[in-house]
Amino acid sequence: MNSSKRFAPSQFGAIMMAPVNGLMTLVDIPLRALQRLTGITGMAAFFLMPNMLIFGIFVLLPLAINFVYSMSGGTALFLSDRSFVGLDQYQRLFQCGSYLDPMSCQEDAFWTAVGNTAWFVLLQVTLMILLALATALILNRDLRARSFWRAVFFFPVLLSPVVVGLIWKWILQRQGLLNFALFELGMEPHNWLTDRTWAFAAAVGVSIWAHMGFYALILLAGLQAIPKDLYEAAEMDGTKPARVLWRITLPLLAPNLLVVVVLALIKAVQVFDEVYVLTGGGPGTSTLYLTQYIYETGFASQLRNPGLAAAASILMGLVLVVLTLIQLGIGRRSEAKGKR
Amino acid sequence: MMGSAARFIFRRRGTSGTGKGWHWTDIVTWVWLVGGLLVMFGPAVWLAFSSFKTPAALAEFPPTILPYVTQQVTVEGYDKPLALYEAAMPDGSTRVLAEVRRIGIVSQMVDPQAPGEIIRVNIADRKPVRTMSLATENYTQPFVQFAFVQYLWNSVFVTVTATLITLVVNSMAAFALSKYEFRGRTLAMLVILATLMVPLSVIMVPLYSIISSMGLFNNLWGVILPTVATPTGVFILRQYMLTIPDELIDAARMDKASEWQIYSRIVLPLAAPALAVLAIFSVVWRWNDFLWPLIVLSRRELYTLQVGLSIYAGELNVQWHFILAMTVVTMIPVVLVFIFLQRFITTGIAGAGLK
Repeated sequence: MNSSKRFAPSQFGAIMMAPVNGLMTLVDIPLRALQRLTGITGMAAFFLMPNMLIFGIFVLLPLAINFVYSMSGGTALFLSDRSFVGLDQYQRLFQCGSYLDPMSCQEDAFWTAVGNTAWFVLLQVTLMILLALATALILNRDLRARSFWRAVFFFPVLLSPVVVGLIWKWILQRQGLLNFALFELGMEPHNWLTDRTWAFAAAVGVSIWAHMGFYALILLAGLQAIPKDLYEAAEMDGTKPARVLWRITLPLLAPNLLVVVVLALIKAVQVFDEVYVLTGGGPGTSTLYLTQYIYETGFASQLRNPGLAAAASILMGLVLVVLTLIQLGIGRRSEAKGKR
Repeated sequence: MMGSAARFIFRRRGTSGTGKGWHWTDIVTWVWLVGGLLVMFGPAVWLAFSSFKTPAALAEFPPTILPYVTQQVTVEGYDKPLALYEAAMPDGSTRVLAEVRRIGIVSQMVDPQAPGEIIRVNIADRKPVRTMSLATENYTQPFVQFAFVQYLWNSVFVTVTATLITLVVNSMAAFALSKYEFRGRTLAMLVILATLMVPLSVIMVPLYSIISSMGLFNNLWGVILPTVATPTGVFILRQYMLTIPDELIDAARMDKASEWQIYSRIVLPLAAPALAVLAIFSVVWRWNDFLWPLIVLSRRELYTLQVGLSIYAGELNVQWHFILAMTVVTMIPVVLVFIFLQRFITTGIAGAGLK
């Protein structure tokens, strides 16, 4: 953000801004009157209002009525047309013969989604953080054109989930590039997206591909904040690079690493878009995750049940709240450390 | 040229004159970086190349990198254009012939110049004559066949409108939260930060009912409004505005400037770099939004690019040649942002750790 010069108003900019300035002057007339009523500090409420109003209507209100929703039944959309059923929806979600076997549950799709999401989160976060850490360590070396290489790994982060899903659907299809590469190497081609295990692996892999650069970027920023004199001292003592990594780099990166892990967990729990485009949750239910379950229960399926979807989304919200609290806790602890 | 570029990129800083050799970690580094280059860009580049192929070329296995088509000729006496082949003759010469039909392993061919005589050639002895040709109809057809222009327009409308509203609304809130002392300021800040942890998947059912009761279902404003009050935006702008000295504002008040003037004439121009970062973020977010538009929009003429694309790609007989081309078009704005503005995003994220 240190390049304010680039945004200095040019001649062209001045002409473009003329109508905006005119509008600002016009708006000023009624607002001056308002200010006479409210006083200077009172204007703060005016400035804050639009944002808070939108927040209130589209975030806080839905959050509040979600609880009411989760305790209502029927297929009607509006709350006034829905019947109160207490905790029935939650009971339905938890009605299980054995929690280890999704098929024994009344809502087998929910438990399948929970199981799939748990596996997905575990694999995706672990592998992605390891790869992101390796990338960050490599980018932190004395490289020529570091910002270029950093950008390389960041590229997929900007792509839309739909584009990511389609790119990989195209590569993983039966006659796709991957099968061609295997064919050239003399190996057996696979139907990647129609085999349950491979489809799951593809979902994990594609999601790592799409998001790894973001976490590598944060980790790199963390690495660059480690004081250089520590490394100089280690070099003078002739410390081995592996020891430097274990004794200096990783311990000092730990708070950053924790934050990144929790951030990645929060994102992974909500996995949906790119996998939905890639596999549509299939084959069967092998890549059905929680967000897709909520979406389909709430909107898409024939037997839609908004109450059930709301109950499931609240359960997911609870997981996210716990993760966020952990993250805030880590943030506060490392902040306190910094002050000491 | 390539050599010197490679030498420039691969040269390690500070070691060029020291005579130190390559350590194994250097090799790992370059394998990782070059591998990363292939893995990160390769798939998108492959998709872009594929998007210029005809359906026939797309169905080929093994695939070629560049878009080749088999050349065809119209031969006198045959209704359909015939495919051209280079056939090896028994006497060792090769001739360019057009295939009339194939029976088993024997191909019946004719010379386009003298179509009277049928020449029988073993199919192993003939190679198709291929020329490179860009199937630009992959790009032009979707504009005619599907409401692709409409999707494009919807996406542009949503992105631009949402970004403008985001900038205004967020900057006003950030101004209030950074330049005024009032009761409830901390509470407002906490509420905003708390919404960071309320993702769409947690509130989509009730949000949908709210949008519907406001009559915004199947309306682009229903896509726009819930997204504009971004907590991230308020946060970035507030942090930046805190660095604007209060003396400037006090001096303006002395000169009888109204609060609105202070906001619009002093704070906004000074916060331009932060506004630019937020604008870039917002454009990428809104352009890429998928789940919420998918829920709110059910009429084809309202689809955004992302929704339209995913729905066409999910249909039973996927017309890949169109899907690939539309994907490339959908990718263009983001690729432009990447090429020209990537720097701002990466420094923005590294600075605040947000997305």
